[in-house]
Amino acid sequence: MITLNDYLLVSGLLFALGFAGVLLRRNIIIIFMGLELMLNAANLSLVAFSRFGIVNGLPNYNGQMLVFFIITVAAAEVAVGLAIIVALYRARQTTNVEDLNTLKF
Amino acid sequence: MSPILFWIFSALMLGFGAATILNRNPVASALSLVVSFLGLAALFFGLDANFIGVIQILVYAGAVMVLFIFIIMLLDLKAEQRRQINIPALLGGVAIVVAFTAQLVTVIRSYKAGNEPFAAITPNLPDAHNIGMTLFANYNLPFQVIGVLILVASIGVVVLSQRELK
Amino acid sequence: MNFIDLLKRIPEICKTPETLPLEGKKLILDFVTWLGSLVGIAVPPWVLTLVNILVVIVAIIAVFLIMFALMSVWERKILARAQNRYGPNRVGPWGLFQPVADGIKMLTKEDIVPRNADKVVHFIAPIVMLVPALILPVLLPYGRGMVAIDLSVGILFFFAVGAGSEVAIFLAGWSSRNKYSILGAMRAIAQMISYELPLVMSAVIVALVAGTLSPTGIVEAQGGYQFGFFPNWFVFTPWGFVACVLFYFSALAESNRSPFDLPEGESELVAGHLTEYSGFKYALFFMAEYVGMFAINGLLVTLFLGGYQAPLPFLTFIPSWCWFFIKLAFLAFSLVWVRATMPRFRIDQMMQFAWKFMLPMSFAALFSAAAWHYAGRGLLGWGISAVLVAIPYFALGYFCFTRHHSADNRRYLFSE
Repeated sequence: MITLNDYLLVSGLLFALGFAGVLLRRNIIIIFMGLELMLNAANLSLVAFSRFGIVNGLPNYNGQMLVFFIITVAAAEVAVGLAIIVALYRARQTTNVEDLNTLKF
Repeated sequence: MSPILFWIFSALMLGFGAATILNRNPVASALSLVVSFLGLAALFFGLDANFIGVIQILVYAGAVMVLFIFIIMLLDLKAEQRRQINIPALLGGVAIVVAFTAQLVTVIRSYKAGNEPFAAITPNLPDAHNIGMTLFANYNLPFQVIGVLILVASIGVVVLSQRELK
Repeated sequence: MNFIDLLKRIPEICKTPETLPLEGKKLILDFVTWLGSLVGIAVPPWVLTLVNILVVIVAIIAVFLIMFALMSVWERKILARAQNRYGPNRVGPWGLFQPVADGIKMLTKEDIVPRNADKVVHFIAPIVMLVPALILPVLLPYGRGMVAIDLSVGILFFFAVGAGSEVAIFLAGWSSRNKYSILGAMRAIAQMISYELPLVMSAVIVALVAGTLSPTGIVEAQGGYQFGFFPNWFVFTPWGFVACVLFYFSALAESNRSPFDLPEGESELVAGHLTEYSGFKYALFFMAEYVGMFAINGLLVTLFLGGYQAPLPFLTFIPSWCWFFIKLAFLAFSLVWVRATMPRFRIDQMMQFAWKFMLPMSFAALFSAAAWHYAGRGLLGWGISAVLVAIPYFALGYFCFTRHHSADNRRYLFSE
């Protein structure tokens, strides 16, 4: 039987993976992908809680609303972030974060 | 959701999530991320959140991934070179991951209510309808704020991607 | 139950063509039960469920692949007629066995993989292309009660699955390690993203008016006749007509058909992402493209042309599933007609058309649909809605296409 705790465990592991990606990788695009993984781990636990906190046979839709907003914000974030990456690449011809260590150029 | 399906899709999601951050080639990472998100969408379907699952596929596999792939193609990124491994940083990272996992397991162990099975749900829920009602009745203002956010984001992208930043 | 009874049921079923496919499915299930009784066991229910699912899957795949085969010869025939020649007429009667000959040719060709290609990705790209294309037809209602999966979020799911083909095109283009391939893939992805917006917008308008995202619900909302003879299809309202035309052209662009076939424009890019594919992988790409084209036009029939509803009340004696396929065949013919008539777009024209004309027009159609709904869905609403789509149409046409792009304003250099 799958319980809420299983979902939380999987969600936590996914978050850890994304976090490790952000910490360990030096390519800014992969770091971005790690951020996406972390956001989606939060989504998974939110949907699991929404299904768990069931009222009269209906899931708690407030959790799913938050997921909806997170997905929207994540899409906007990816668009802006990738535009920034393109601008950075034009200026420095690199996507390695260690080469992007000055604030002004 | 049957346990077998749950573990299959979880393994798919976590395995390809790991492949995302371990691959040295950005294109392979992006493709692993797509599969990982498809596994996540399957988990959403298993939680009876059909609408959110479909939105997940539509937005992530359809839009976000295509953006990533497009940028990778545009910048013509090659596979990274193998780096010198920084021993203290690696040890620190492993310590953080172990500590995080231990904390996660401890917290989940102590949460007794989470071990009960999921309660039954009304079959064939009109999911999109209910979500729409909640969205427009209870979350009207956040919804409009999100609209403004998307507007700001799209203007920002246009400004940022102009050729000369002067 | 014995075998003779089953055989006797076949003529009975054929008397009511309306429910023929459904009764046929029941007959196959009874046949499986009879087979079980022959061996002397009761067939367990999960076997029956499995057979039930398999029958539907096999039927849909068979119908669409046969349609693909027929379409490939039909398209060449129509193109030939448009160019005043005969077209394929050597293999079989009227050249009908041409697809078989093509298939044998494709299967016996050498399968070439470039030396520098990413072998795994090069191999899975045609599969990733074909699988979403074969999932799409499952969601369409073919007749009364004839839908494989009646999802409550069916329309959204259709677009979600359809997005898979973008990834497949990218895989094909990137794994080939060929500049023409990657240029074609980038063009294809840019084109598909741009045209997905008007496509989804015009579907959203229909979903709003019908009040449901399920394809069956949308077809049911178009049932009945105005004044006793005029069908209630959405294409016969001003906003619906605009949305239908937008959907039609976006569908053309999504399935990379002419005049939007820049991604594989053979005179400039060799064959785009298909350059390095040969033999059966190439055939798989074509199969995916045609099945996807049928599926998206089936969605157009569902959304705007009344799905399986008959166009006139006295024509209801023709079964509903026939009407669906008649409309689909008409659309398929119109696609070939467009291909025979129109030259290819230039890439900047194509992008301008998507972003400067189609997207604003789809928003205009949305407002117009809202006006139509709140004016009571009658003649008054019809008039207001017509005005609301006519004004943006002429304004956009005037501002976007006449001013800046006339031939006088542009001086051609020798380097061009």
